[in-house]
Amino acid sequence: MQVPAQFAYEKATSVDHAIALLARHGPESLIVAGGHSLIPMMKLRLADPSTLIDINGLTDLDYIRVEGDQVRLGAMTRHATVLESAVVREHFAILPDAERTIADPIVRNRGTVGGSLCQADPSEDLSAAFSALRADVVIRNADGERVVPVREFHLGPYETAVAHGELLIEVRVPIRTHTGSAYQKIERRAGDWAVASAGSVVSLDGDTVAEAGIGLTAVGAPHFVAAEAEDSLRGNPATAEAFTEAGRIAAEHCAPSADQRGPVDYKRALVAELVTRTLQRATARARGEA
Amino acid sequence: MEITIRVNGEQVVRDVEPRLLLTHFLRDELRLTGTHWGCDTTNCGACVVRLDGVPVKSCTVLAVMADGAAVDTVEGLAHGAELDPLQEGFVTCHGLQCGFCTPGMLMTGRALLDRDPDPSPQTIREAISGQVCRCTGYENIVRSVRWAAEKEASKEEVTP
Repeated sequence: MQVPAQFAYEKATSVDHAIALLARHGPESLIVAGGHSLIPMMKLRLADPSTLIDINGLTDLDYIRVEGDQVRLGAMTRHATVLESAVVREHFAILPDAERTIADPIVRNRGTVGGSLCQADPSEDLSAAFSALRADVVIRNADGERVVPVREFHLGPYETAVAHGELLIEVRVPIRTHTGSAYQKIERRAGDWAVASAGSVVSLDGDTVAEAGIGLTAVGAPHFVAAEAEDSLRGNPATAEAFTEAGRIAAEHCAPSADQRGPVDYKRALVAELVTRTLQRATARARGEA
Repeated sequence: MEITIRVNGEQVVRDVEPRLLLTHFLRDELRLTGTHWGCDTTNCGACVVRLDGVPVKSCTVLAVMADGAAVDTVEGLAHGAELDPLQEGFVTCHGLQCGFCTPGMLMTGRALLDRDPDPSPQTIREAISGQVCRCTGYENIVRSVRWAAEKEASKEEVTP
């Protein structure tokens, strides 16, 4: 039987209250959102907070709305809500593609966008998808707010730009015209962590790639990004050959580790194939073909 | 910490440790042992209950997180002596053998039918994809949910 160590429990009633509780209870206190990463870690005693600050009451952070040329997702938006959102599907097909592969439907009822990002698991899928989309996150603290690009948000495994006393409150995703996106994951069984995943965002100017975003997860890509592969595409024709080459470059530059999910060369082969396929699908979607 | 939860329509108040998991709260504090405690790792789905109507794995929710909420368990499915159509479906279509996964399957299946009264076999398979059954190969569970969907549709037709 897995039982967390003892901790004190506080229920936050607002964002400001949560931030005040973090300050009051000190650096050993932790925020719990959906809890589907943190509670298992507490059961295994890998996490041992002195105080757990529950933000599930902050329903004002559960929203998806369009503001100007951005879609904004509140940090407490559940995975299931993202998966079902018509607004998200219309602008960023990569997100439902990715969401469909995250854990299982019951876990997705509970897990949140903000929690997934803040957990910063190196195999997490939304981190790669939001990196491909060049999203920003909004972090609130006692003094105000700051906006951090997702590509600068992850400082390493399980480490983010969110300092103690701060709360991630929102993700902002830019809406781009003539753009398509796609995500694909290889997993050993339904609901497992990725062996490797890739997500691509392609903005077209005619038949030329105006901008490309490529996110990778579980393969040691810095900030979940395949930057060199993106560079190879920008300003060049959107051709099958270019996408194959981008896959090859992404595979070469990522840094997977051998583990029970497979050896390094296998994971590199997956990266090459998944990058190529998602670039093709993203481009087809940008052209309105898929 | 004192918590108040509406369990199967009835308000319960208990003083619990913050670290008590919802599944153990239901089973050990309330003796509602229909909710099963399976893998303990958010994988198997034997512990699925509805939290404010939404299916969740109760081994990964703290009882204190359910404070102020409504929790529905398999014990609340039947209406007195009358089984829920989904329970009838499991009986009729052999949706279980050992029965260990059944409470979770029923709670997820009921939530699915409440949202989507006519789910396709594929939709049912997706809905239960976070739950493990080692007896039926899932086929009979899918049939059981379909059986309930059809029974409920036919009931609605005859009631004006």
